[in-house]
Amino acid sequence: MVIIENLHKKFGKNQVLKGVDLTISEGGIFAVLGPNGSGKTTLIKAVLGMVIPNKGQITVLAENIKKNSTYRHKIDYLPQIANFPSNLKVKELIKMIKDLRKPTHDDQRLIKLFRLEPFLNKKLGQLSGGTKQKVNLVLTFMFNSPIVILDEPTSGLDPISMLRLKDLIKAEKAKGKTILITSHIMSFVEEISDEIVFILEGKIYFKGSIQKLKTKTNQPDFEHAIASILSDNHA
Amino acid sequence: MRLRQYYPITMLKILKYSFYDLMRSRWSYVYFAFYLLLGTVLLFLNNDLSKAVITLMNVIIVLVPLIGTIFGVMYYYNSKEFTELLLAQPLKRSSIFLGQYLGVVLSLTMSLILGLGIPFVFYGLFESSAIWDFSLLLITGAFLTLIFTALAFNIALSNENKIKGFGYAILLWLFLAVIYDGLFLMTLIMFEDYPLDKVSLFGTMLNPIDLSRTLILLKLDISALLGYTGAVFKQFFGTSFGLIVSFVMLTVWVVMPVLRIVFKSKNKDF
Repeated sequence: MVIIENLHKKFGKNQVLKGVDLTISEGGIFAVLGPNGSGKTTLIKAVLGMVIPNKGQITVLAENIKKNSTYRHKIDYLPQIANFPSNLKVKELIKMIKDLRKPTHDDQRLIKLFRLEPFLNKKLGQLSGGTKQKVNLVLTFMFNSPIVILDEPTSGLDPISMLRLKDLIKAEKAKGKTILITSHIMSFVEEISDEIVFILEGKIYFKGSIQKLKTKTNQPDFEHAIASILSDNHA
Repeated sequence: MRLRQYYPITMLKILKYSFYDLMRSRWSYVYFAFYLLLGTVLLFLNNDLSKAVITLMNVIIVLVPLIGTIFGVMYYYNSKEFTELLLAQPLKRSSIFLGQYLGVVLSLTMSLILGLGIPFVFYGLFESSAIWDFSLLLITGAFLTLIFTALAFNIALSNENKIKGFGYAILLWLFLAVIYDGLFLMTLIMFEDYPLDKVSLFGTMLNPIDLSRTLILLKLDISALLGYTGAVFKQFFGTSFGLIVSFVMLTVWVVMPVLRIVFKSKNKDF
């Protein structure tokens, strides 16, 4: 599904990715974890073609992504910071993204799910952070693509919306989609993900199930397992 | 092949949305109102269309580049996160940035043309012989907007830091609008014993603001205002060929930075 080979990326003098090799197979929820500045977002942005690698190759659904933009029809992406043009209304933004990408009717269902109806005629500049994140989620999920990438999807959400999001993600997984998530909320990751990809200092440190991680680190629970990796590596 | 047909449409869509976005911003109206006021006041003070055109030229040639530079830089930085959202969509980078660039240019040019056009039309522009001079003034204004907005996008694309970007943009404007002329004049005085025709010719062409001024004065055919370079220009090329040469140079001034926008945006990390 997504194959990353020997990926290197440098920002100025800062070598962020140092030879990442990663294969994400079809179907399932993959959590990309790592300490701050370990290169999670850079890795995701490289898959999206937003960051251009210095070395290495990325293949998405058997298509090399270099100098290509059509493969992004198959990817839905939720960016970390949602900041939209403040003069636009929610309704207009959704219409515009549909116009730029492709027609869909799934937005109605998602608007209902996140109870966004009262905000449709409000300008984006007037919305709270959590409501913006809900709009962001609608924009992401409405196209129903086989690959979904979520960068910190829970930020700013209230507990009820969080539950709805979890259900939504599980429902998407049941459709056979491949979902990549980054998050700092360990309980969320533990509950939802099938596999963990742990990045440390620009390399894949661990890839496998949570159970495997616990055995490897010899820790009884997930949070301690992550903590033990970090303290063992002085990160 | 499908992609090639599809490409200009996405660019036009992005142009449309950037334009709508700007049309709702307060600053577009401030800019429009300023020109409206300027046009009206000039006509009342001068009571003569041709004289108003000359005064207007002096204002436009300095102000349009300033507004183009500031708006360009401001728009780029303000829509940064939104641009990132667009970049994750199946859209070509060049169509995103060119669409945004043309959206800014279109809204600025519209403010200029409507703001100045309305008072002049009411004053009786269509019955006046000044209509061609006035049109040329607006065309030059449009060129200057195209050039300086493109330069601003270049600066913004190359500088992640907003403050630095703004700083360089203002410096660029200050250099081309004010400092360049001073340096140019000093060079001419220092080397007055040498033949300076060619030097001054090149000097004019290398600055879009000087080029625009020469272009308009050539058309107005006012020798007293042409100055040394204008006179050289006229002598060297003649009036009509001089006009063509200046238009070609202005086009080059648009094409170069636009090409760099395309190139730079292709290789940039977001």
